[in-house]
Amino acid sequence: MDERDMLGASLFATVRFRIGGDRMLLADYGQGVDPAVNERVRRMAALVNGTGHPAIEAVVPAYCTLAIHYNPLATDPETLMHLLRDLEQHLESAAVPEPAVIDIPVCYGGAFGPDLEAVASHNHLSSDEVIRLHSHGRYRVYAIGFSPGFCYLGGLDPRLATPRLTTPRLRVAAGSVGIGGDQTGVYPLASPGGWQLIGRTPLSLFVPQRDRPVLYQAGDSIRFRPISAEMFARLAAEARP
Amino acid sequence: MKAALRILAAGAGPTVQDLGRRQARHLGIPLSGALDDYAHRVANWLVGNGAGCATLEMTMLGPRCEVLAAVDVAVTGAAMGLRLNGAAAPQWTSIRVAAGDLLELGTATNGCRAYLAVSGGIAVPKILASRSTSLVGGLGGVQGRALMAGDLLPAGAGPLLASPRRLPWTPLYPDHLVLRAVAGPHDHLFRHHLDDFFDQAFTFSPQSNRLGCRLSGPTVALDPGAPASIVSEPVASGAVQVPADGQPIVLLNEQTIGGYPCIATVISADLWRVGQARPGDRVRFVPVSLEEARQAAAQWHDFLAATERLLTAGRESARC
Repeated sequence: MDERDMLGASLFATVRFRIGGDRMLLADYGQGVDPAVNERVRRMAALVNGTGHPAIEAVVPAYCTLAIHYNPLATDPETLMHLLRDLEQHLESAAVPEPAVIDIPVCYGGAFGPDLEAVASHNHLSSDEVIRLHSHGRYRVYAIGFSPGFCYLGGLDPRLATPRLTTPRLRVAAGSVGIGGDQTGVYPLASPGGWQLIGRTPLSLFVPQRDRPVLYQAGDSIRFRPISAEMFARLAAEARP
Repeated sequence: MKAALRILAAGAGPTVQDLGRRQARHLGIPLSGALDDYAHRVANWLVGNGAGCATLEMTMLGPRCEVLAAVDVAVTGAAMGLRLNGAAAPQWTSIRVAAGDLLELGTATNGCRAYLAVSGGIAVPKILASRSTSLVGGLGGVQGRALMAGDLLPAGAGPLLASPRRLPWTPLYPDHLVLRAVAGPHDHLFRHHLDDFFDQAFTFSPQSNRLGCRLSGPTVALDPGAPASIVSEPVASGAVQVPADGQPIVLLNEQTIGGYPCIATVISADLWRVGQARPGDRVRFVPVSLEEARQAAAQWHDFLAATERLLTAGRESARC
């Protein structure tokens, strides 16, 4: 039997474990891109962090999976599996803070969003409609990774889905907001990139020296708030150290 | 804080590294850290530092540096033809240098990465509890980047050694590696070919860096019907990722999340060996159980502790 065969639901009845070498245990709570699965991962991450277990070095949530990075000299996977099963039993009654909703101001179009019109024409929409649809969405941060502060967002309106550029740009500015296939997101750092760029935020999403280096956590939601070029300039000036 | 070294020529992009940034991976901030943590630790112990002090990690081609202050230095890891003021100088030993001295490293002739420690440790600012450079994240080390000619490396406060220190043996890095690995986390997608993977030899490709080592060799095929990419999930250092072309990549310390299946994971006690692999070196993976991996980790820990006792002879090390 394939363990991954599911009967309709994507949330697993109970956790399934996998081994990622002698320093990482993976706990799967479901499959696919599903807010209910990701919410369970988020709550479990909060509970595991709450234990302050000295052998646990890092707790990394993603779409369906929670990774426990541990010191193999101080604990073993059986102990950690027992801990996770135990915590899951009390998941419903445990007090876990609700996910935050983070507003990210975005100046759409113009030099900040050179592909706004391409996204509009691909989807037979006007640029204003693209901005309206994109800024009315609420996007769940399913995972943070790939690069510091980069968030994997869910919830893009299917009417905005646009293929990636055939030739990626060598440099995309930090704060650029883009659409790639059925995903949307923000580039926290300047990097090469193949997404269609529709705007830019003046916020610095990743500042390693800041108390909170990244403004959101996995499981939080993001809303994009349209701002003018003047507002962009003002917020950018305020953000400068 | 005193500047200890000035980089005159950088070689192949050296970076400042310590034992890594363990607690920020949930933010996508990678582990980073010395890829051969054994050579890194020994370099520190040789100059009176604790293992967690920052060293300079140099890959394949070393830098040329001017000494700006009296410090003890040690170069460990890959054999890089260390020279002091033009004369050949030993690696794996402490060397007292003075302002005006010239330290030069050349091309690695055995191993891939050398480590330069300075008494007091390289005192760049700590970011999120580590001085390690992450090139991917543009943080740590010197402005989050590889060193360039003209950069100054500050040293922390640390006493000079009362007497020189030397590792009584010289580690050699074989060009045929055997790496112990635990199957998974996606071995269930490779059931038909798991034995093949563990039987075959692969070659380290020149397309390797701190993110990962690309291997070439027999194609590692997914089972029929298995997905070529997965919903992104966290990855561990040492994960052997298999992208769609079937040529594996050993992931190192610069990635927190991945979207390709991983057939096996190199055990933590063997990871340092990957850091010394050169393009063209051969590698075979040997399957071990998690219990064997745990025992290997414990033995490795004991060996590190014994090496530390031998080099420090119980003297206190500088904390960085």
